[in-house]
Amino acid sequence: MTIAIEALNVEKRYGALQALAGVSLSVAEGEFFGLLGPNGAGKTTLISIIAGLARASAGEVRVMGADVVTDYRRARRMLGVVPQELVFDPFFTVRETLRIQSGYYGLRDNDAWIDEVIHHLDLGARADANMRALSGGMKRRVLVAQALVHRPPVIVLDEPTAGVDVELRRGLWQFIRRLNRDGHTIVLTTHYLEEAEELCDRIAMLKAGRIVALDSTRNLLGTFSGLVLRLRLDRETLPEGLAAEVLSGDAGHYALRLHDHGGLELVLRQLREAGATIRELELEPPDLEEVFLRVMRKH
Amino acid sequence: MASFPTLLYKELLRFWKVGFQTVAAPVLTALLYLVVFAYALEGRMRVYDQVSYAQFLVPGLVMMSVLQNAFANSSSSLIQSKITGNLVFMLLAPISYLEFFSAYVLASMIRGLVVGAGVLAVTVWFVELRVVAPLWVIAYALLGGAILGGLGLIAGIWADRFDQIAAFQNFVILPLTFLSGVFYSIRSLPEFWQQASRLNPFFYMIDGFRYGFFGISDVPPLASLAVVAVSFVLLSTACLLLLRSGYKLRQ
Ligand SMILES: Nc1ncnc2c1ncn2[C@@H]1O[C@H](COP(=O)(O)OP(=O)(O)O)[C@@H](O)[C@H]1O
Ligand SMILES: [Mg+2]
Repeated sequence: MTIAIEALNVEKRYGALQALAGVSLSVAEGEFFGLLGPNGAGKTTLISIIAGLARASAGEVRVMGADVVTDYRRARRMLGVVPQELVFDPFFTVRETLRIQSGYYGLRDNDAWIDEVIHHLDLGARADANMRALSGGMKRRVLVAQALVHRPPVIVLDEPTAGVDVELRRGLWQFIRRLNRDGHTIVLTTHYLEEAEELCDRIAMLKAGRIVALDSTRNLLGTFSGLVLRLRLDRETLPEGLAAEVLSGDAGHYALRLHDHGGLELVLRQLREAGATIRELELEPPDLEEVFLRVMRKH
Repeated sequence: MASFPTLLYKELLRFWKVGFQTVAAPVLTALLYLVVFAYALEGRMRVYDQVSYAQFLVPGLVMMSVLQNAFANSSSSLIQSKITGNLVFMLLAPISYLEFFSAYVLASMIRGLVVGAGVLAVTVWFVELRVVAPLWVIAYALLGGAILGGLGLIAGIWADRFDQIAAFQNFVILPLTFLSGVFYSIRSLPEFWQQASRLNPFFYMIDGFRYGFFGISDVPPLASLAVVAVSFVLLSTACLLLLRSGYKLRQ
Protein backbone atom coordinates (compact mmCIF):
# COMPACT_ATOMS: atom_id res chain seq x y z
CA MET A 1 0.00 0.00 0.00
CA THR A 2 1.21 3.50 -0.82
CA ILE A 3 1.88 5.89 2.01
CA ALA A 4 -0.10 9.09 1.45
CA ILE A 5 1.68 11.22 4.02
CA GLU A 6 4.90 10.34 5.75
CA ALA A 7 6.51 12.56 8.37
CA LEU A 8 9.87 11.63 9.86
CA ASN A 9 11.15 13.36 13.00
CA VAL A 10 9.69 16.69 12.00
CA GLU A 11 10.79 19.60 14.15
CA LYS A 12 9.82 23.23 13.92
CA ARG A 13 11.20 26.05 16.03
CA TYR A 14 9.93 29.61 16.08
CA GLY A 15 12.78 31.33 17.87
CA ALA A 16 12.83 29.84 21.36
CA LEU A 17 9.47 28.13 20.90
CA GLN A 18 9.51 24.49 19.85
CA ALA A 19 6.24 24.17 17.95
CA LEU A 20 7.02 20.61 16.82
CA ALA A 21 9.44 18.44 18.74
CA GLY A 22 10.09 15.45 16.51
CA VAL A 23 6.84 14.24 15.01
CA SER A 24 6.76 11.01 13.02
CA LEU A 25 3.64 9.52 11.51
CA SER A 26 2.43 7.93 8.35
CA VAL A 27 -1.01 7.99 6.83
CA ALA A 28 -1.89 5.18 4.43
CA GLU A 29 -3.57 5.82 1.13
CA GLY A 30 -7.35 5.81 1.49
CA GLU A 31 -7.27 6.36 5.24
CA PHE A 32 -9.45 8.81 7.14
CA PHE A 33 -7.00 10.20 9.65
CA GLY A 34 -7.63 12.55 12.58
CA LEU A 35 -5.12 14.95 14.08
CA LEU A 36 -6.29 16.05 17.50
CA GLY A 37 -4.82 18.24 20.17
CA PRO A 38 -5.48 21.35 22.22
CA ASN A 39 -4.88 24.83 20.82
CA GLY A 40 -1.22 25.46 20.23
CA ALA A 41 -0.36 21.74 20.07
CA GLY A 42 1.19 22.17 16.62
CA LYS A 43 -1.52 20.76 14.33
CA THR A 44 -1.56 23.74 11.97
CA THR A 45 2.22 23.90 12.03
CA LEU A 46 2.45 20.26 10.96
CA ILE A 47 -0.10 20.82 8.19
CA SER A 48 1.80 23.92 7.03
CA ILE A 49 4.97 21.87 6.73
CA ILE A 50 3.17 19.13 4.81
CA ALA A 51 1.77 21.80 2.47
CA GLY A 52 5.10 23.62 2.05
CA LEU A 53 3.76 26.81 3.66
CA ALA A 54 6.39 26.45 6.35
CA ARG A 55 9.75 24.73 6.34
CA ALA A 56 10.66 22.16 8.93
CA SER A 57 13.69 22.98 11.10
CA ALA A 58 14.55 19.29 10.89
CA GLY A 59 13.03 16.10 9.52
CA GLU A 60 11.40 15.08 6.29
CA VAL A 61 7.89 14.98 4.88
CA ARG A 62 6.64 13.17 1.80
CA VAL A 63 3.24 13.31 0.13
CA MET A 64 2.49 10.27 -2.05
CA GLY A 65 6.23 9.64 -2.04
CA ALA A 66 7.19 13.15 -3.16
CA ASP A 67 9.42 15.15 -0.82
CA VAL A 68 7.69 18.44 0.03
CA VAL A 69 10.94 20.41 -0.31
CA THR A 70 12.99 18.81 -3.06
CA ASP A 71 10.04 17.60 -5.15
CA TYR A 72 7.61 20.30 -4.11
CA ARG A 73 5.75 20.60 -7.39
CA ARG A 74 4.74 16.94 -7.44
CA ALA A 75 3.97 16.97 -3.71
CA ARG A 76 1.68 19.99 -4.09
CA ARG A 77 -0.21 18.46 -6.99
CA MET A 78 -1.01 15.49 -4.78
CA LEU A 79 -2.31 17.62 -1.95
CA GLY A 80 -5.42 19.74 -1.34
CA VAL A 81 -5.44 21.84 1.81
CA VAL A 82 -8.35 23.63 3.46
CA PRO A 83 -6.69 26.27 5.62
CA GLN A 84 -7.86 27.01 9.14
CA GLU A 85 -8.27 30.76 8.54
CA LEU A 86 -11.25 31.95 6.51
CA VAL A 87 -9.26 33.60 3.72
CA PHE A 88 -10.48 34.75 0.32
CA ASP A 89 -9.61 37.15 -2.48
CA PRO A 90 -12.12 40.04 -2.42
CA PHE A 91 -11.55 40.86 -6.08
CA PHE A 92 -13.18 37.75 -7.50
CA THR A 93 -16.42 35.79 -7.68
CA VAL A 94 -16.73 32.19 -6.52
CA ARG A 95 -16.39 30.84 -10.05
CA GLU A 96 -13.45 33.10 -10.87
CA THR A 97 -11.77 32.01 -7.66
CA LEU A 98 -12.13 28.35 -8.62
CA ARG A 99 -11.04 28.88 -12.22
CA ILE A 100 -7.97 30.77 -11.07
CA GLN A 101 -7.12 28.09 -8.54
CA SER A 102 -7.41 25.45 -11.30
CA GLY A 103 -5.13 27.48 -13.50
CA TYR A 104 -2.45 27.53 -10.81
CA TYR A 105 -2.28 23.76 -11.32
CA GLY A 106 -2.12 24.18 -15.07
CA LEU A 107 -5.73 23.04 -15.55
CA ARG A 108 -7.46 25.32 -18.01
CA ASP A 109 -10.44 23.24 -19.19
CA ASN A 110 -11.70 22.29 -15.81
CA ASP A 111 -15.21 23.72 -15.87
CA ALA A 112 -17.00 20.38 -15.78
CA TRP A 113 -15.28 19.40 -12.55
CA ILE A 114 -15.65 22.91 -11.11
CA ASP A 115 -19.40 22.73 -11.77
CA GLU A 116 -19.54 19.37 -10.05
CA VAL A 117 -17.72 20.65 -6.99
CA ILE A 118 -19.95 23.75 -6.92
CA HIS A 119 -22.98 21.50 -7.09
CA HIS A 120 -21.85 19.12 -4.34
CA LEU A 121 -20.95 21.94 -2.01
CA ASP A 122 -24.28 23.64 -2.69
CA LEU A 123 -22.64 26.78 -4.01
CA GLY A 124 -24.64 26.94 -7.25
CA ALA A 125 -26.85 29.85 -6.26
CA ARG A 126 -23.85 32.01 -5.32
CA ALA A 127 -21.40 30.93 -8.03
CA ASP A 128 -21.29 34.38 -9.60
CA ALA A 129 -21.41 36.36 -6.36
CA ASN A 130 -18.34 38.22 -5.21
CA MET A 131 -16.46 36.47 -2.41
CA ARG A 132 -16.96 39.51 -0.19
CA ALA A 133 -20.73 39.05 -0.30
CA LEU A 134 -20.64 35.48 1.05
CA SER A 135 -21.45 34.39 4.59
CA GLY A 136 -18.76 32.70 6.68
CA GLY A 137 -20.20 29.25 6.03
CA MET A 138 -20.28 29.88 2.30
CA LYS A 139 -16.69 31.12 2.32
CA ARG A 140 -15.70 27.94 4.12
CA ARG A 141 -17.31 25.87 1.36
CA VAL A 142 -15.40 27.80 -1.27
CA LEU A 143 -12.20 26.99 0.63
CA VAL A 144 -13.10 23.32 0.44
CA ALA A 145 -13.88 23.67 -3.27
CA GLN A 146 -10.54 25.39 -3.88
CA ALA A 147 -8.73 22.51 -2.24
CA LEU A 148 -10.44 20.08 -4.62
CA VAL A 149 -10.11 21.81 -8.02
CA HIS A 150 -7.09 19.73 -9.01
CA ARG A 151 -8.58 16.44 -7.72
CA PRO A 152 -5.79 15.78 -5.25
CA PRO A 153 -5.52 12.22 -3.91
CA VAL A 154 -4.73 13.58 -0.44
CA ILE A 155 -6.95 16.16 1.26
CA VAL A 156 -6.07 17.93 4.50
CA LEU A 157 -8.71 19.92 6.36
CA ASP A 158 -7.64 22.16 9.23
CA GLU A 159 -10.67 22.68 11.48
CA PRO A 160 -13.09 22.85 8.56
CA THR A 161 -16.15 22.98 10.77
CA ALA A 162 -15.04 25.68 13.22
CA GLY A 163 -17.78 28.30 13.33
CA VAL A 164 -19.96 26.42 10.85
CA ASP A 165 -23.62 25.68 11.59
CA VAL A 166 -24.84 22.14 12.24
CA GLU A 167 -26.55 21.66 8.89
CA LEU A 168 -23.53 22.70 6.87
CA ARG A 169 -21.32 20.55 9.06
CA ARG A 170 -23.42 17.53 8.30
CA GLY A 171 -23.44 18.28 4.57
CA LEU A 172 -19.72 18.84 4.56
CA TRP A 173 -18.96 15.58 6.31
CA GLN A 174 -21.23 13.69 3.96
CA PHE A 175 -19.26 15.11 1.06
CA ILE A 176 -15.87 14.41 2.64
CA ARG A 177 -16.91 10.89 3.48
CA ARG A 178 -17.88 10.36 -0.14
CA LEU A 179 -14.49 11.62 -1.27
CA ASN A 180 -12.92 9.14 1.14
CA ARG A 181 -15.05 6.29 -0.24
CA ASP A 182 -13.92 7.30 -3.73
CA GLY A 183 -10.35 6.66 -2.62
CA HIS A 184 -9.14 10.05 -1.37
CA THR A 185 -7.00 10.09 1.71
CA ILE A 186 -8.41 12.49 4.30
CA VAL A 187 -6.56 14.14 7.17
CA LEU A 188 -8.52 16.41 9.42
CA THR A 189 -8.17 18.37 12.60
CA THR A 190 -11.23 19.28 14.61
CA HIS A 191 -12.29 20.31 18.08
CA TYR A 192 -15.47 18.29 17.79
CA LEU A 193 -14.32 14.97 19.16
CA GLU A 194 -17.58 13.23 18.39
CA GLU A 195 -16.98 14.07 14.72
CA ALA A 196 -13.50 12.61 14.86
CA GLU A 197 -14.77 9.49 16.62
CA GLU A 198 -17.42 8.96 13.99
CA LEU A 199 -15.28 9.66 10.94
CA CYS A 200 -11.66 8.73 11.55
CA ASP A 201 -10.11 5.30 11.10
CA ARG A 202 -7.01 6.35 12.95
CA ILE A 203 -6.14 9.21 15.25
CA ALA A 204 -2.97 10.96 16.36
CA MET A 205 -3.10 13.14 19.45
CA LEU A 206 -0.66 15.97 19.64
CA LYS A 207 0.38 17.92 22.70
CA ALA A 208 3.04 20.62 22.88
CA GLY A 209 4.56 19.53 19.57
CA ARG A 210 4.72 15.81 20.40
CA ILE A 211 2.55 12.85 19.47
CA VAL A 212 1.16 11.48 22.71
CA ALA A 213 -1.19 8.88 21.23
CA LEU A 214 -1.39 7.28 17.81
CA ASP A 215 -3.72 4.36 17.15
CA SER A 216 -6.88 3.24 15.46
CA THR A 217 -10.00 4.90 16.83
CA ARG A 218 -11.27 1.51 17.96
CA ASN A 219 -8.09 0.74 19.91
CA LEU A 220 -8.04 4.18 21.50
CA LEU A 221 -11.59 3.70 22.72
CA GLY A 222 -10.68 0.20 23.85
CA THR A 223 -7.85 1.40 26.12
CA PHE A 224 -10.52 3.11 28.08
CA SER A 225 -12.56 0.47 29.80
CA GLY A 226 -15.46 1.13 32.11
CA LEU A 227 -18.11 3.81 32.25
CA VAL A 228 -18.29 7.55 32.60
CA LEU A 229 -20.39 9.01 35.38
CA ARG A 230 -21.40 12.62 34.82
CA LEU A 231 -22.55 14.55 37.85
CA ARG A 232 -23.67 17.99 38.83
CA LEU A 233 -23.22 18.64 42.52
CA ASP A 234 -24.27 21.42 44.85
CA ARG A 235 -20.62 22.17 45.57
CA GLU A 236 -17.31 22.93 43.88
CA THR A 237 -15.21 20.26 45.58
CA LEU A 238 -15.35 16.50 45.58
CA PRO A 239 -14.90 14.49 48.76
CA GLU A 240 -11.39 13.20 49.47
CA GLY A 241 -10.51 9.64 48.51
CA LEU A 242 -13.34 9.10 46.10
CA ALA A 243 -13.37 5.55 44.69
CA ALA A 244 -13.27 6.77 41.08
CA GLU A 245 -10.85 8.49 38.73
CA VAL A 246 -11.77 12.10 38.06
CA LEU A 247 -11.72 12.77 34.32
CA SER A 248 -12.77 16.38 34.40
CA GLY A 249 -14.27 18.78 36.85
CA ASP A 250 -15.39 22.33 36.49
CA ALA A 251 -17.79 24.48 38.50
CA GLY A 252 -19.73 21.62 40.04
CA HIS A 253 -19.82 19.49 36.87
CA TYR A 254 -17.77 16.32 37.11
CA ALA A 255 -16.95 13.36 34.92
CA LEU A 256 -15.78 10.29 36.85
CA ARG A 257 -14.55 7.00 35.53
CA LEU A 258 -16.09 3.82 36.94
CA HIS A 259 -14.82 0.30 36.37
CA ASP A 260 -18.30 -1.15 36.20
CA HIS A 261 -21.83 -0.57 37.37
CA GLY A 262 -20.91 -1.88 40.81
CA GLY A 263 -18.65 1.13 41.31
CA LEU A 264 -21.62 3.41 41.10
CA GLU A 265 -23.04 2.36 44.44
CA LEU A 266 -19.73 3.03 46.20
CA VAL A 267 -19.34 6.52 44.75
CA LEU A 268 -22.91 7.47 45.58
CA ARG A 269 -22.43 6.32 49.17
CA GLN A 270 -19.21 8.33 49.51
CA LEU A 271 -20.97 11.42 48.18
CA ARG A 272 -23.89 10.95 50.54
CA GLU A 273 -21.55 10.51 53.51
CA ALA A 274 -19.77 13.74 52.55
CA GLY A 275 -23.14 15.50 52.58
CA ALA A 276 -23.10 16.35 48.86
CA THR A 277 -26.38 16.66 47.01
CA ILE A 278 -26.58 15.37 43.47
CA ARG A 279 -28.41 17.73 41.11
CA GLU A 280 -27.97 15.72 37.89
CA LEU A 281 -26.58 12.30 37.06
CA GLU A 282 -25.81 10.43 33.86
CA LEU A 283 -24.05 7.17 33.13
CA GLU A 284 -22.44 6.74 29.71
CA PRO A 285 -20.19 4.40 27.79
CA PRO A 286 -16.74 5.91 27.17
CA ASP A 287 -16.26 8.21 24.17
CA LEU A 288 -13.30 9.80 22.45
CA GLU A 289 -13.58 12.90 24.58
CA GLU A 290 -12.81 10.85 27.69
CA VAL A 291 -9.87 9.20 25.97
CA PHE A 292 -8.62 12.57 24.82
CA LEU A 293 -8.87 14.18 28.26
CA ARG A 294 -7.11 11.24 29.88
CA VAL A 295 -4.30 11.20 27.34
CA MET A 296 -3.82 14.95 27.65
CA ARG A 297 -3.69 14.78 31.43
CA LYS A 298 -1.26 11.88 31.48
CA HIS A 299 1.36 13.70 29.36
CA MET B 1 5.34 27.42 -16.93
CA ALA B 2 1.91 25.84 -16.34
CA SER B 3 0.69 28.36 -13.75
CA PHE B 4 2.06 31.49 -15.40
CA PRO B 5 -0.88 32.36 -17.73
CA THR B 6 -3.39 32.11 -14.89
CA LEU B 7 -1.25 34.07 -12.47
CA LEU B 8 -0.84 36.79 -15.08
CA TYR B 9 -4.57 36.73 -15.84
CA LYS B 10 -5.38 37.03 -12.14
CA GLU B 11 -3.05 40.01 -11.73
CA LEU B 12 -4.50 41.75 -14.80
CA LEU B 13 -8.09 41.07 -13.84
CA ARG B 14 -7.38 42.43 -10.38
CA PHE B 15 -6.33 45.89 -11.54
CA TRP B 16 -8.74 45.97 -14.45
CA LYS B 17 -11.73 45.40 -12.16
CA VAL B 18 -10.86 48.60 -10.32
CA GLY B 19 -9.70 50.41 -13.46
CA PHE B 20 -11.19 53.69 -12.39
CA GLN B 21 -8.79 53.80 -9.50
CA THR B 22 -5.82 52.07 -11.12
CA VAL B 23 -5.90 53.61 -14.60
CA ALA B 24 -8.25 56.61 -14.82
CA ALA B 25 -7.06 58.28 -11.60
CA PRO B 26 -3.33 58.31 -12.44
CA VAL B 27 -4.09 59.59 -15.95
CA LEU B 28 -5.98 62.49 -14.43
CA THR B 29 -3.13 63.20 -12.01
CA ALA B 30 -0.62 63.38 -14.86
CA LEU B 31 -2.92 65.68 -16.81
CA LEU B 32 -3.16 68.03 -13.82
CA TYR B 33 0.63 68.13 -13.57
CA LEU B 34 0.81 69.02 -17.24
CA VAL B 35 -1.75 71.79 -17.04
CA VAL B 36 -0.31 73.37 -13.89
CA PHE B 37 3.38 73.15 -14.75
CA ALA B 38 3.09 73.83 -18.46
CA TYR B 39 1.01 76.97 -17.98
CA ALA B 40 2.92 78.21 -14.96
CA LEU B 41 6.35 77.75 -16.51
CA GLU B 42 5.72 78.16 -20.24
CA GLY B 43 8.03 80.83 -21.62
CA ARG B 44 10.07 80.99 -18.41
CA MET B 45 11.62 77.60 -18.87
CA ARG B 46 13.22 76.30 -22.06
CA VAL B 47 15.28 73.16 -21.87
CA TYR B 48 16.05 72.44 -25.51
CA ASP B 49 15.87 75.12 -28.22
CA GLN B 50 13.57 73.25 -30.56
CA VAL B 51 11.24 71.97 -27.84
CA SER B 52 8.63 73.92 -25.88
CA TYR B 53 8.40 73.32 -22.12
CA ALA B 54 5.02 71.59 -22.44
CA GLN B 55 6.46 69.29 -25.09
CA PHE B 56 9.47 68.60 -22.88
CA LEU B 57 7.21 67.79 -19.96
CA VAL B 58 4.95 65.18 -21.62
CA PRO B 59 7.43 62.28 -22.02
CA GLY B 60 8.60 62.80 -18.43
CA LEU B 61 5.04 62.63 -17.15
CA VAL B 62 4.29 59.56 -19.24
CA MET B 63 7.37 57.75 -17.93
CA MET B 64 6.69 58.86 -14.38
CA SER B 65 3.21 57.33 -14.68
CA VAL B 66 4.60 54.09 -16.09
CA LEU B 67 7.10 53.81 -13.23
CA GLN B 68 4.80 54.74 -10.36
CA ASN B 69 1.96 52.53 -11.54
CA ALA B 70 4.18 49.54 -12.21
CA PHE B 71 5.44 49.85 -8.64
CA ALA B 72 1.96 50.37 -7.22
CA ASN B 73 0.62 47.28 -8.98
CA SER B 74 2.95 44.57 -7.73
CA SER B 75 3.49 46.09 -4.28
CA SER B 76 -0.19 46.61 -3.49
CA SER B 77 -1.24 43.25 -4.91
CA LEU B 78 1.31 41.33 -2.88
CA ILE B 79 0.79 43.19 0.39
CA GLN B 80 -2.96 42.74 0.05
CA SER B 81 -2.56 39.03 -0.47
CA LYS B 82 -0.22 38.82 2.50
CA ILE B 83 -2.45 40.78 4.84
CA THR B 84 -5.74 39.19 3.84
CA GLY B 85 -4.05 35.78 3.83
CA ASN B 86 -5.10 34.75 0.34
CA LEU B 87 -1.43 34.44 -0.61
CA VAL B 88 -1.85 30.93 0.75
CA PHE B 89 -3.68 29.89 -2.43
CA MET B 90 -0.61 30.67 -4.49
CA LEU B 91 1.76 29.18 -1.94
CA LEU B 92 -0.17 25.90 -1.91
CA ALA B 93 0.01 25.55 -5.67
CA PRO B 94 3.00 24.21 -7.61
CA ILE B 95 4.05 27.68 -8.78
CA SER B 96 7.77 28.17 -9.30
CA TYR B 97 9.36 31.37 -8.07
CA LEU B 98 10.27 32.24 -11.65
CA GLU B 99 6.63 32.02 -12.72
CA PHE B 100 5.58 34.10 -9.75
CA PHE B 101 8.15 36.77 -10.56
CA SER B 102 7.36 36.85 -14.28
CA ALA B 103 3.60 37.09 -13.80
CA TYR B 104 3.75 39.87 -11.20
CA VAL B 105 6.34 41.87 -13.11
CA LEU B 106 4.62 41.49 -16.47
CA ALA B 107 1.25 42.50 -15.01
CA SER B 108 2.90 45.55 -13.45
CA MET B 109 4.50 46.46 -16.75
CA ILE B 110 1.15 46.19 -18.48
CA ARG B 111 -0.55 48.36 -15.86
CA GLY B 112 2.27 50.93 -16.21
CA LEU B 113 2.06 50.87 -20.00
CA VAL B 114 -1.74 51.17 -20.01
CA VAL B 115 -1.57 54.21 -17.73
CA GLY B 116 1.38 55.65 -19.71
CA ALA B 117 -0.51 55.20 -22.98
CA GLY B 118 -3.54 56.82 -21.37
CA VAL B 119 -1.51 59.84 -20.30
CA LEU B 120 -0.03 60.12 -23.78
CA ALA B 121 -3.44 59.79 -25.44
CA VAL B 122 -4.88 62.56 -23.28
CA THR B 123 -1.95 64.97 -23.48
CA VAL B 124 -1.61 64.87 -27.28
CA TRP B 125 -4.90 66.80 -27.32
CA PHE B 126 -3.09 69.66 -25.63
CA VAL B 127 0.49 69.36 -26.79
CA GLU B 128 1.80 68.67 -30.25
CA LEU B 129 4.29 65.85 -30.09
CA ARG B 130 6.37 63.80 -32.46
CA VAL B 131 8.29 60.61 -31.88
CA VAL B 132 11.59 60.47 -33.73
CA ALA B 133 12.79 57.10 -32.43
CA PRO B 134 9.86 54.92 -31.29
CA LEU B 135 12.02 51.88 -30.53
CA TRP B 136 13.83 53.79 -27.81
CA VAL B 137 10.48 54.85 -26.37
CA ILE B 138 9.29 51.26 -26.26
CA ALA B 139 12.55 49.86 -24.90
CA TYR B 140 12.70 52.35 -22.02
CA ALA B 141 9.01 52.00 -21.18
CA LEU B 142 9.33 48.21 -21.02
CA LEU B 143 12.52 48.19 -18.98
CA GLY B 144 11.38 50.96 -16.66
CA GLY B 145 8.08 49.20 -16.02
CA ALA B 146 9.88 45.92 -15.38
CA ILE B 147 12.32 47.50 -12.92
CA LEU B 148 9.58 49.20 -10.93
CA GLY B 149 7.40 46.08 -11.07
CA GLY B 150 10.29 44.12 -9.57
CA LEU B 151 10.95 46.82 -6.99
CA GLY B 152 7.26 46.71 -6.04
CA LEU B 153 7.54 42.96 -5.60
CA ILE B 154 10.54 43.40 -3.28
CA ALA B 155 8.68 46.05 -1.29
CA GLY B 156 5.65 43.76 -1.07
CA ILE B 157 7.78 40.85 0.14
CA TRP B 158 9.50 42.98 2.75
CA ALA B 159 6.52 44.94 4.09
CA ASP B 160 4.18 43.61 6.75
CA ARG B 161 1.71 46.49 6.63
CA PHE B 162 0.14 48.84 4.08
CA ASP B 163 1.75 51.91 5.62
CA GLN B 164 5.20 50.45 5.02
CA ILE B 165 4.36 50.27 1.31
CA ALA B 166 3.10 53.85 1.46
CA ALA B 167 6.33 54.90 3.18
CA PHE B 168 8.38 53.15 0.50
CA GLN B 169 6.33 54.96 -2.12
CA ASN B 170 6.61 58.37 -0.46
CA PHE B 171 10.24 58.22 0.69
CA VAL B 172 11.86 56.24 -2.13
CA ILE B 173 9.84 56.10 -5.32
CA LEU B 174 8.39 59.61 -5.29
CA PRO B 175 11.66 61.48 -4.54
CA LEU B 176 13.57 59.38 -7.07
CA THR B 177 11.02 60.09 -9.82
CA PHE B 178 10.72 63.80 -8.99
CA LEU B 179 14.49 64.22 -8.82
CA SER B 180 15.07 62.41 -12.08
CA GLY B 181 14.41 65.34 -14.39
CA VAL B 182 10.73 64.89 -15.14
CA PHE B 183 10.13 68.62 -14.76
CA TYR B 184 13.55 69.98 -15.74
CA SER B 185 16.81 69.07 -17.39
CA ILE B 186 19.51 68.23 -14.88
CA ARG B 187 21.77 70.62 -16.80
CA SER B 188 19.84 73.45 -15.18
CA LEU B 189 20.97 72.18 -11.75
CA PRO B 190 24.15 73.22 -9.86
CA GLU B 191 27.14 70.97 -10.45
CA PHE B 192 26.71 69.00 -7.21
CA TRP B 193 23.08 68.13 -7.91
CA GLN B 194 23.91 67.23 -11.49
CA GLN B 195 26.38 64.66 -10.19
CA ALA B 196 23.90 63.45 -7.57
CA SER B 197 21.23 63.00 -10.26
CA ARG B 198 23.57 60.77 -12.22
CA LEU B 199 23.45 58.28 -9.32
CA ASN B 200 19.69 58.03 -9.67
CA PRO B 201 18.75 55.19 -12.05
CA PHE B 202 15.36 56.83 -12.65
CA PHE B 203 17.17 59.74 -14.32
CA TYR B 204 18.45 57.44 -17.07
CA MET B 205 14.99 55.98 -17.63
CA ILE B 206 13.41 59.40 -18.09
CA ASP B 207 16.28 60.83 -20.11
CA GLY B 208 16.45 57.86 -22.47
CA PHE B 209 12.69 57.74 -22.85
CA ARG B 210 12.66 61.41 -23.75
CA TYR B 211 15.38 60.83 -26.32
CA GLY B 212 12.93 58.65 -28.22
CA PHE B 213 10.62 61.63 -28.65
CA PHE B 214 13.04 64.45 -29.45
CA GLY B 215 16.27 62.78 -30.47
CA ILE B 216 18.07 64.85 -27.82
CA SER B 217 19.02 63.95 -24.26
CA ASP B 218 21.44 64.78 -21.45
CA VAL B 219 23.17 61.42 -21.69
CA PRO B 220 23.70 59.35 -24.88
CA PRO B 221 20.71 56.93 -25.09
CA LEU B 222 22.82 53.82 -25.41
CA ALA B 223 24.71 54.67 -22.21
CA SER B 224 21.40 55.21 -20.42
CA LEU B 225 20.09 51.93 -21.76
CA ALA B 226 23.14 50.16 -20.39
CA VAL B 227 22.55 51.64 -16.92
CA VAL B 228 18.87 50.74 -17.05
CA ALA B 229 19.53 47.20 -18.31
CA VAL B 230 22.11 46.57 -15.60
CA SER B 231 19.68 47.91 -12.97
CA PHE B 232 17.05 45.51 -14.27
CA VAL B 233 19.36 42.52 -14.11
CA LEU B 234 20.57 43.32 -10.58
CA LEU B 235 17.12 44.03 -9.25
CA SER B 236 15.56 40.94 -10.84
CA THR B 237 18.32 38.75 -9.47
CA ALA B 238 17.77 40.16 -5.98
CA CYS B 239 14.04 39.63 -6.29
CA LEU B 240 14.37 36.06 -7.58
CA LEU B 241 16.76 35.19 -4.76
CA LEU B 242 14.30 36.56 -2.21
CA LEU B 243 11.44 34.59 -3.75
CA ARG B 244 13.47 31.41 -3.91
CA SER B 245 14.44 31.69 -0.25
CA GLY B 246 10.79 32.08 0.74
CA TYR B 247 11.77 35.14 2.77
CA LYS B 248 8.70 36.46 4.65
CA LEU B 249 6.41 34.38 2.45
CA ARG B 250 7.00 30.88 3.74
CA GLN B 251 7.77 30.50 7.47
N1 LIG C 1 4.40 32.03 12.64
C1 LIG C 1 4.58 31.72 13.91
N2 LIG C 1 5.49 32.39 14.64
C2 LIG C 1 5.69 32.07 15.95
N3 LIG C 1 5.03 31.11 16.60
C3 LIG C 1 4.11 30.41 15.92
C4 LIG C 1 3.83 30.68 14.55
N4 LIG C 1 2.88 29.81 14.14
C5 LIG C 1 2.56 29.06 15.21
N5 LIG C 1 3.29 29.40 16.30
C6 LIG C 1 3.25 28.78 17.62
O1 LIG C 1 3.43 27.40 17.46
C7 LIG C 1 2.61 26.66 18.36
C8 LIG C 1 1.74 25.71 17.58
O2 LIG C 1 0.76 26.45 16.88
P1 LIG C 1 -0.29 25.78 15.90
O3 LIG C 1 0.41 24.84 15.01
O4 LIG C 1 -1.06 26.87 15.27
O5 LIG C 1 -1.22 24.98 16.91
P2 LIG C 1 -2.64 24.31 16.68
O6 LIG C 1 -2.97 24.39 15.22
O7 LIG C 1 -2.47 22.91 17.17
O8 LIG C 1 -3.60 25.08 17.51
C9 LIG C 1 1.83 27.70 19.14
O9 LIG C 1 2.49 27.91 20.37
C10 LIG C 1 1.89 28.92 18.28
O10 LIG C 1 1.82 30.08 19.06
MG1 LIG D 1 -4.57 25.24 14.30
